[in-house]
Amino acid sequence: MFDKIWDSHVVHKISEKEFILYVDLHLIHEVTSPQAFDGIRLAKRTVRRPDLTLATTDHNTPTINRNQPLKDKIAELQLKTLAKNCKDFGITLYDMKSPFQGIVHVIAPEQGLTHPGKIIVCGDSHTSTHGAFGTFAIGIGTSEVEHVFATQTIRQFKPKTMQINLTGSLPSGISSKDCILWIISQIGISGAREHVVEYTGNCIESFSMESRMTLCNMSIEAGARAGMIAPDNITFEYLKNRKHSPNHQSFEKAVKIWSTLKSDPNAKYDKVVDISVEDIEPMVTWGTNPGMSTPISGKIPELASFGSEAEQLPIKRALQYMNLEAEQPISEINIDRVFIGSCTNSRIEDLRIVRDIVAGYAVNKTVQAMVVPGSTSVKKQAENEGIDKVIKDAGFEWRDAGCSMCLGMNEDVLKPYERCASTSNRNFEGRQGHNGRTHLVSPAMAAASAIKGHFTDIRSWKFKT
Amino acid sequence: MKPFKKLTSTILPLDRSDIDTDQIIPKQFLKRITKSGYGEFLFYNWRYNSKGNPNLSFELNDLKYKDSQILLTGNNFGSGSSREHAAWALLDYGFKCIIAPSFADIFYNNCFENGILPISLPNKIIEPLMLKCINKPTFKITINLLDQTITNISSSKSLIKFEIDSARKNTLLKGIDNIGETLHYESKIKAFEDKQGKHKGILPF
Repeated sequence: MFDKIWDSHVVHKISEKEFILYVDLHLIHEVTSPQAFDGIRLAKRTVRRPDLTLATTDHNTPTINRNQPLKDKIAELQLKTLAKNCKDFGITLYDMKSPFQGIVHVIAPEQGLTHPGKIIVCGDSHTSTHGAFGTFAIGIGTSEVEHVFATQTIRQFKPKTMQINLTGSLPSGISSKDCILWIISQIGISGAREHVVEYTGNCIESFSMESRMTLCNMSIEAGARAGMIAPDNITFEYLKNRKHSPNHQSFEKAVKIWSTLKSDPNAKYDKVVDISVEDIEPMVTWGTNPGMSTPISGKIPELASFGSEAEQLPIKRALQYMNLEAEQPISEINIDRVFIGSCTNSRIEDLRIVRDIVAGYAVNKTVQAMVVPGSTSVKKQAENEGIDKVIKDAGFEWRDAGCSMCLGMNEDVLKPYERCASTSNRNFEGRQGHNGRTHLVSPAMAAASAIKGHFTDIRSWKFKT
Repeated sequence: MKPFKKLTSTILPLDRSDIDTDQIIPKQFLKRITKSGYGEFLFYNWRYNSKGNPNLSFELNDLKYKDSQILLTGNNFGSGSSREHAAWALLDYGFKCIIAPSFADIFYNNCFENGILPISLPNKIIEPLMLKCINKPTFKITINLLDQTITNISSSKSLIKFEIDSARKNTLLKGIDNIGETLHYESKIKAFEDKQGKHKGILPF
């Protein structure tokens, strides 16, 4: 599949290794684009294909009091700069007032812009999300954003390929988030470096598009250049009748073409990893990168289990930062905050799970919990389904769409030393706020821990509905 | 972009692996709309304590290395976010070369876009070099990109030859503007678009 997409996009072969590839969709946001616009202005260049470029505001947008002026004036300037740039170059912008605004990796699929076979780029590492549709989708730097503006192409060194074959069926209560955290714990945070990962196996075939997006989204946390899943009927059903999907007869033709992208059963990969999903438990990270995790039934590991003194050092640092001790059971870790959101887990399926868990319960009085839908459309759909009411009744805050506390560029940040159960993708030092402590979990695990005040095994949850 | 040809400098040892771009430049400094002035925020949360005073135990605050233009560090440097602000901050602070056992993919590419030379060397070379720089802060090397060599300047002894892709090497040596290069193939881009146009709205490629 990867080779088919690559080969069909080659504009020019520079050498055996380096290629110029055509870009079908360029997604931009306020943080990584201003310097690229400056660059093209300085060089007296222009945006070659504004019609293949889509902008939204997500990284620093407030999730509360949107009708009021922004308190953060530097952030406001960044948002205004994006609006001006889009206007000057004729680019469609879904800003804070738009019903289509949201996290860039949530809105493109839901608007039907992410089609199988496309090459999609964005100045954001989680662009790998779109690979769930059988696209080659990669995060790029701002210089490359400028390159795409000017040429609608990217220069790429051909990456190696890695197959991650997931077999078996997921046990009840286990999500694709647990799956990807388990995979990263097995192959390491640089285990897929220089590779494009293709997820295969019967487990994937049963995954919804939302679950597939979660899996591909966090491929970058294993160091992968991109994550991909071959399109199938689940993909086509998802795309049917979306705003920018081909309509009626064209859709049938498109499906025929998309179906040809199916992975060749004899495809050769540079690396193959087989993983059985049958024994995966709910996962919780305890350290300062997404590879430092353990099943909910586990404990904080002993330093000695990491080998030499040099190998123990980063673990020691991580535990010190997280204020955790070896042998501490995960289920006894108390939390102060819960964040349900981010491009990893903020789609309607995630919110439905949260609703089912919290219905009839109240957020623990020691915990402050918030739900931030991935897009304004997701928010509206959730409200139509009455999800917001159940969640608010339980004591969660119900916010407007954006990246929010996944990276804390707006006001949604942890206070120093607060401990958070988060459905986001990175537990790096300071990621959610200076000296904040992040534990990555699935939406179900985050919701349940908000109720209990500590991590708890979702498999034994007593549903009240 | 300034070309990179040769560099002689002391080396700042930062003996940690998996340093992510959130550490290199924290998110609160990503709201600016310019490319310059990020050096003062480099490694901000490690470099300063919560009162904003320099954390003296952090390597960057060690005056013995204040003029180092080479950063020597651990595995998987630059992982996480794609923010090019990380490369801008390193360059603005004064680092022109980073030596590590491995780099995260997006960061590695961002280095070349900004005239920074990232050199990957095996652990068996990095480890003794790290010790050497820790024990002898005045230890200087010369990096010659054309020959792909690192030389110990006090003994003029060549320490190692490093590997680098020839196209990337050329970009750095000449300070090439990639966009200008790609635009040489504009007729090919146009031809690709014309071919694609026939199936507009149906064909994904």
